[in-house]
Amino acid sequence: MARTLINVPTNAKRGDVIEIRALLQHPMETGYRPDLNGKLLARDIVRRFACSWSDGASVEPVFSAELYPAIAANPYFSFYFVAASGTLTFTWEGDNGFAQTETAALKVT
Amino acid sequence: MSVARGGARHVRGGARDARGGVKRPVATALVAVLAGMFIVHYSSAAEPRKSGFDTMSPATQAMQNDDSQNPAMLWLQDGEALWNRAEGKGGKSCADCHGDARARMKGVAARYPAFDAAQKRPVALSERINLCRAERQQAEPLRAESEALLGIETYVAFQSRGLPIVANDDPRSKAFIDRGEKLFKQRIGQLDLSCAQCHDDRAGAKLAGSIIPEAHPTGYPIYRLEWQAMGSLQRRLRNCLTGVRADPYPFGAQALVELELYLNARAAGMKIETPAVRP
Repeated sequence: MARTLINVPTNAKRGDVIEIRALLQHPMETGYRPDLNGKLLARDIVRRFACSWSDGASVEPVFSAELYPAIAANPYFSFYFVAASGTLTFTWEGDNGFAQTETAALKVT
Repeated sequence: MSVARGGARHVRGGARDARGGVKRPVATALVAVLAGMFIVHYSSAAEPRKSGFDTMSPATQAMQNDDSQNPAMLWLQDGEALWNRAEGKGGKSCADCHGDARARMKGVAARYPAFDAAQKRPVALSERINLCRAERQQAEPLRAESEALLGIETYVAFQSRGLPIVANDDPRSKAFIDRGEKLFKQRIGQLDLSCAQCHDDRAGAKLAGSIIPEAHPTGYPIYRLEWQAMGSLQRRLRNCLTGVRADPYPFGAQALVELELYLNARAAGMKIETPAVRP
């Protein structure tokens, strides 16, 4: 499991526009770099990131992105959401069967 | 050949001395070593020295200032997990001896490299961690620059964030600091440059579009954007050695520890920023 750093505000009011941040530890190896012997290092990147929100009854997409080799290691996303109580689910998918899911509770007053 | 060059260096060095005046790092190091804690309080009043943080872009500064943006925090999580994990034949974790790092490791990284009586020489924090692994945990040493070693080192150094760097005032370390200073001022490599020529004489000027920092090791291990990863001070020093086209010392070399000692004496009193972000 890769390390992640997810930041969701804890004191938002319902309807506030809040910033959500997600950082993933990943080498994002481009596939274009040679190793010390001149042999190409195999590509190993995250291909897709998505965040969805659910209140138990319905699931809504919040944000998603496709990633390419030019994106730096440890990709960081910051995006905005109209706050409502529920659960945020973050998923990353990539090369070599990479798949990771994290959840964060969002409570608004 | 080397005698002739040495002579030329001496003449040029003299000219620099005349210009350098009070700002000479020799004086700074000496005062720091002699005055110990006094300089810590004194220098925090009006700090003429600049950390690499002060000259980097606002975006990179924001990245370091916000723990939810700083990628080094991922390595910190690794380090915290390793601190509490039993390792080796000893079946002990770091926490089994040291307890809670947040209390017990506070200020420790600020005084490293520290003199080790058994080794009869100063050891860097990363080496201290591996000595502990060998002696207490009976575990294999962690490879230099491995994620695990950088993780623990970051976790330990993080406990000193905001505290001033303490110069090593152990009299047994003096000879090592002096050698570090000599090395700092020694012209080396195909480019025939010393550390001091860039970081003392031309700090603040530009090298290929980048601002030359004053070389204060305030935030190591750092997350360097160019590396897209964490790295230790030794990695940074080896980078500079390659930059002047010198043969870099291997990781763990005595010379690198001596340089680190001198840099710490030079930066005594400056606040620790670990884990810092650098461009």
